[in-house]
Amino acid sequence: MTAIEVERLRKRYGAKVAVDDVSFTVAEGEIFGLLGRNGAGKSSTVDCIAGLRVPDQGRIRVAGLDPRRDQRELRHLLGVQLQESALPAKLTVAEAMRLFASFYRSPADIAGLLDMLDLTEKRNTRYRGLSGGQKQRLSIALALIGRPRIAILDELTTGLDPVARRDTWAFVEDIRNQGVTIMLVTHFMTEAERLCDRVAILDHGRLAAIGTPAQLARPTLEDTFVALTAGRP
Amino acid sequence: MRLLTLTEAKLLMREPLALFWGLAFPMVLLAVMGLSTATIGGLPLAAVYEPIVIAFISVVFGVQGLPVHVASYREGRILRRLATTPAGPVRVIGAQLAVSLTVVLAATAGVLAVGRLGFAVPLPRQPAGFAFATVLAATAMLGLGLLIAALAPNARSAGAAGTVLFFPLMYFAGLWTPQLSPTARHIGEFTPLGAATQALREAMAGAWPHPMPLIVLGACTLACSATAARLFRWE
Repeated sequence: MTAIEVERLRKRYGAKVAVDDVSFTVAEGEIFGLLGRNGAGKSSTVDCIAGLRVPDQGRIRVAGLDPRRDQRELRHLLGVQLQESALPAKLTVAEAMRLFASFYRSPADIAGLLDMLDLTEKRNTRYRGLSGGQKQRLSIALALIGRPRIAILDELTTGLDPVARRDTWAFVEDIRNQGVTIMLVTHFMTEAERLCDRVAILDHGRLAAIGTPAQLARPTLEDTFVALTAGRP
Repeated sequence: MRLLTLTEAKLLMREPLALFWGLAFPMVLLAVMGLSTATIGGLPLAAVYEPIVIAFISVVFGVQGLPVHVASYREGRILRRLATTPAGPVRVIGAQLAVSLTVVLAATAGVLAVGRLGFAVPLPRQPAGFAFATVLAATAMLGLGLLIAALAPNARSAGAAGTVLFFPLMYFAGLWTPQLSPTARHIGEFTPLGAATQALREAMAGAWPHPMPLIVLGACTLACSATAARLFRWE
């Protein structure tokens, strides 16, 4: 069963082509990595999958749903962690969790999720009082509060220290073991190698390579990434 | 939706500055006017200022508070984050409108109470007309606030726009000169808060407000919200 299908996706902003003829599929239960330099088209691809933007061309299906036409249903099945998205400064962790839980039909257990992400002690702290890593973990928790079948995690471990990063990796494997399909957007090659079953490398909006991290390691994934994407800025 | 509205209400309660200007300051202003022995047109100053202060409340929450709040949600990508949940971004704006309207009505009740208990200003003799005019004044200012939020690129510029609009709006409401010149008053009848004070004053005196000011307020509400809905930038 396919969790995400992207077929010949094109997205342009004015004259600039952000995503150019990109196709890939993500299988159910897979951890799929979307790699690329800044501006390679990762976020535009994610936005189209999440139904936040309308593709200019191409076909997308997420759990069999059209992200635009079946938006309502999709929002129940897809959890999204966006980069650089904040919360109201004076909202506490627990309030944010309760609020987001109220949006979904069968939300996850708030206390359990806070515990897993090591936020229990911070439950009464306001958003602006959290550290960067804590904000990041809260945004992961909010992406998972609706018990999604598919989760998109954008720049998951940016801003986390090495220990927190490893904890987060273990956590991502945990939720995959619970049956959640995960699309990971990242530019950390170690993260992709460690977590992803398969990765796609985007370069200037085009799909430069796709395969398992082992298949793409020539001799390492990072070497392949640099060879495929270096050069033109 | 209920929890969303309650959460927005809680967040407003955590903004002491907004509460001061919107809730406490209007009552203080009325009390200061009430201490004066001056009269205008045979009415004590507190009675003259009650409709003006009520217009002021709707500006503080509608034109100054709401657009900054909505714009900051867009700037912090909170609207975008909500767009990925089943709640969607429209509902949070609906919740903010509901909370703002409730606080405007509470502050108005507070001002009426201060006027009545402190300075023997009679309660509106046409209560239904007064309530109707108060709600219309609030929706007109909230509509204008939404329009600012729709157009302003960020929270700072939304705040600046609200401050700039405050002065002409409140001038025609009579904040600085309750007795405007006939020309200014005539122009003022076609501005939302000039119309609002006129309608409120008529209802206080016991008559159902004339249709014209109510039409001005209704038209402002509809035109501003419809334009805001068309032009709104979600990110």
